[in-house]
Amino acid sequence: MEALKNIESLLYFSPEILLVVFAVAVIILDLVVKNRESVAVAYLSLLGLGCVFGAVLFTHASLGSNESISLFLGMIRLDRFAIFFKIILLLATAATILFSLRSEELDAQLKGEYYALLLAVTLGMFLMASSTNLLMIFISLETVSLTSYILAGFLTHSPRSSEAAFKYITYGAVASGTMLFGLSLLFGMTGTGDLGQISAKLTEMFNAGDVYPLAVLVSITFILAGVGYKIASVPFHMWSPDVYEGAPIPITAFLSVASKSAGFALFIRFFYSGFGSSELMQSVDWTLMLAVVSALTMTVGNLAALPQRNVKRLLAYSSIAHGGYLLMGGVLLTAEGIGAILFYLVVYLFMNLGAFYVVVLIANEVGSEMIEGYRGLSSRAPLVAGAMAIFLFSLTGIPPFAGFFGKWVLFTAVIDKGLYWLAFVGLLNSVVSLYYYARIVKAMYLESTEDTETERVSFSTGTFALLSVFVVPTVLIGFLNIFYTFSNIALQP
Amino acid sequence: MLLSLMIFVPLLGMIVVLLLPRESEELIKRVTLFFTFVPLLLAVYLFVSYDRGSSGTQYELDVAWISAFNIRYHIGIDGLSVTLLLLTALLGPICVLASWRNIEKGLKAYMALFLLLETGMLGFFAALDLFLFYVFFELTLLPMYFLIGVWGGPRREYAAIKFFLYTLFGSVLMLVAMIAVYLKSGPAGARTFDIPTLITLASTAGHALADQNFQIWVFLGFFIGFAVKVPIFPFHTWLPDAHVEAPTAISVILAGILLKMGTYGLVRVNMAMLPQGMDFFCNGLGTWGNSLALLGFINIVYGSFCALAQTDFKKLVAYSSIGHMGFVILGLSARNEAGVTGAILQMFNHGVISAMLFLLVGVLYDRAHHREINGFGGLGSRMPIYTGITTLAFMASLGLPGLSGFVGEALSLLGAYDKFKMLTILSTIGIVVGAAYFLWTLQRVFLGKLNPKYESMPEINGREILTLVPLGILTIVLGIWPGFAIEMFSESVTKLVDTVNALANL
Repeated sequence: MEALKNIESLLYFSPEILLVVFAVAVIILDLVVKNRESVAVAYLSLLGLGCVFGAVLFTHASLGSNESISLFLGMIRLDRFAIFFKIILLLATAATILFSLRSEELDAQLKGEYYALLLAVTLGMFLMASSTNLLMIFISLETVSLTSYILAGFLTHSPRSSEAAFKYITYGAVASGTMLFGLSLLFGMTGTGDLGQISAKLTEMFNAGDVYPLAVLVSITFILAGVGYKIASVPFHMWSPDVYEGAPIPITAFLSVASKSAGFALFIRFFYSGFGSSELMQSVDWTLMLAVVSALTMTVGNLAALPQRNVKRLLAYSSIAHGGYLLMGGVLLTAEGIGAILFYLVVYLFMNLGAFYVVVLIANEVGSEMIEGYRGLSSRAPLVAGAMAIFLFSLTGIPPFAGFFGKWVLFTAVIDKGLYWLAFVGLLNSVVSLYYYARIVKAMYLESTEDTETERVSFSTGTFALLSVFVVPTVLIGFLNIFYTFSNIALQP
Repeated sequence: MLLSLMIFVPLLGMIVVLLLPRESEELIKRVTLFFTFVPLLLAVYLFVSYDRGSSGTQYELDVAWISAFNIRYHIGIDGLSVTLLLLTALLGPICVLASWRNIEKGLKAYMALFLLLETGMLGFFAALDLFLFYVFFELTLLPMYFLIGVWGGPRREYAAIKFFLYTLFGSVLMLVAMIAVYLKSGPAGARTFDIPTLITLASTAGHALADQNFQIWVFLGFFIGFAVKVPIFPFHTWLPDAHVEAPTAISVILAGILLKMGTYGLVRVNMAMLPQGMDFFCNGLGTWGNSLALLGFINIVYGSFCALAQTDFKKLVAYSSIGHMGFVILGLSARNEAGVTGAILQMFNHGVISAMLFLLVGVLYDRAHHREINGFGGLGSRMPIYTGITTLAFMASLGLPGLSGFVGEALSLLGAYDKFKMLTILSTIGIVVGAAYFLWTLQRVFLGKLNPKYESMPEINGREILTLVPLGILTIVLGIWPGFAIEMFSESVTKLVDTVNALANL
């Protein structure tokens, strides 16, 4: 199908337009409302997300029987793959806003900017999930990065938070510079920015003997650096523990889920739809390279998580490890592998956000992010402790929780391609991860507090309602047939 | 349907218990007892109505579950599973009764977890879909971790996480093996987890699953998974820790059922589904000869000698379990009718006898608050009924003819002698040592002069006797009339042994 022209594209671009509208509206409302304690801006943002969700469904309906629609002269593409990620991102953003409402560490003075930035970063992620042009890819990535830097440093009174933002910027600048270099090499070789055309052109040049495979290898490796930085894969992961620890907890949750999802969307679109079919790609052993990165990512993440006493930092390392598991599905460049990534992302969204929500609640009540703060939680707040245990066991991958089914789908895809060693590394990592997840469970259930014996902490009904929004899917997703059909919406190579 | 009801009644019970107020402890205990009693009635019904003349699967139910992977909710029973289901269902109410007085905190959570555990165990023995089998296998992990970790002894945290890590390590290897079997079972779209189908495929000459090289690797994966659970020699170190720290009822479940899950898996998967892999480990390793039987032998001798060295009563019973499970391995590795029958009988008998032993240790511990064998003495004069029951359990466990332990061990050895004479003869050392440590313990605890500290030791009470009597009756009945159990699974065993021996030479 021909790419639509700019004006014709607007209708299919309505979710993004609505995000901009609401981001501006939030800033204006913030100027108008005098009461600094008011949470009106948060609710306006939520309303905005609701409207955007409606618009996403509308674009899905208008996609009709088409595989995809190319917008803005081929800059971005609307397909089921992009819509899937938009829904994931919307859920993650909505959860982040709800967490922020509960969080007591955020500065009341800067509410307007905070929520406007959250909407802006969501916009960037939407574009990341749908870009099909090198230029657009870079712009969307930068939109996300720049807003994330500010959000990570949002606790203006906390040196840790400023340090986080600074580290994030330094790493980010290097990574995006490297990526830009890779993109320009690719553009220089092919003379086009469109992913589909690049793929066709490279194949043509390759067959005619007009291209050095090494040049392509270098360029793609550089691009991988940018993507790897977003999904925090080894060796571009160094920023994430410090950033995750320093940033406000809702932002940490957001980065670990939404940012990672958007990174994977970009990764899949770039490698899978852009190059997966190209013969040139098959001349280099990408599978082995990605498999090694994946194995290293999960191992480094898990080993580094073992000695952590700070739960937020522990979850940061664990989220690096989960990036490694997810990457296993990307190693294969098969529809099953991509389907497995999508399935795991859905599961990961609920269990990881749930775990972070409990961290927010405990930070508010106990004032600590350390494991010691979780001691005896089972008697002080049994429901919250139970929910946390479910999230942690699901993250470990123990049946009957969804995390197990997610891992199961990933491992099946990996073993199907004969990568037994990678599956072994992944599974041994799951066993290692049990040790540190169980430390939190141990603190909650097996250790009792000496001083605050049975002093119960009470939470509002809203808290429990939100908690159950995460618990119920974490328990049920694996048992439902419908979630296993994501490989159908995965991109066709 | 009946079978599903039996599996999920305890789960329903868990939900009911969770809804009860935590203060009404008596009510919680009674409700739990009720929800463990229903599966027992159903199990007895299944046991009685099971068609003994048939080797096929009965009470089968097969519905689609996760269709993308052709995972099915497929359950059913044969002679082996119905026997173990009866054992599980019997130990359920007994364990609830054994927990009646000695759970001091969080009774509600304890009972809820116990019911969840029971669903996992019952489901495991009935599952005929490999995936379902694995999910039920793992479902027992979480409740067990908490039951040991929260209600256990002083080193409970260490014991609980050790148990969890060991078992999880074994089960992830099993998971790889399981996925490999699934992927080899056919072209994309026609793959299956169905155990009966897989068994047929693995015996079809030329099928990818029937390749010996493939079976050897897959066998190893499953074997380590189950070996941790049994536990077989190098993977056994979690067991003494877990047993010593676990509360009485949980030790009973651990020894009575969870260990059997390992050996049941060996029969169901390693033996029936991977006969050529089994063949390789039974006689394909050249000078090593029958490596499986060798492991059984090590378990028997090592477990018995370790038990001999213990001064902690519970640890002694724990190590004796390792020894007795060795007979199961030995019998299975013989791959003939006597050996396999003996192994299965030994599984059931050990379940009953070790449950008795752990209950008896619990009775003593509840009164004396320690388990040091040398710290007692002369209790026979103070607690004659208790002494009588303990003597019965000891005699059954050390293999006195006329009691159940003898029959299983004798049949295992008989089957094994047919195949490997030297190892079998050496294995009988285990029986001698077994007699030694049990009799020595009997002497130190019950005979001699009464330790003045325990002059007012109360005799075993009615509730405790109630938990022990059904098990005691079973040991006597099965000792005199083992056919009562053997006829349940003899058809299944004949079929299994025939197929396995036919396939081993494929």
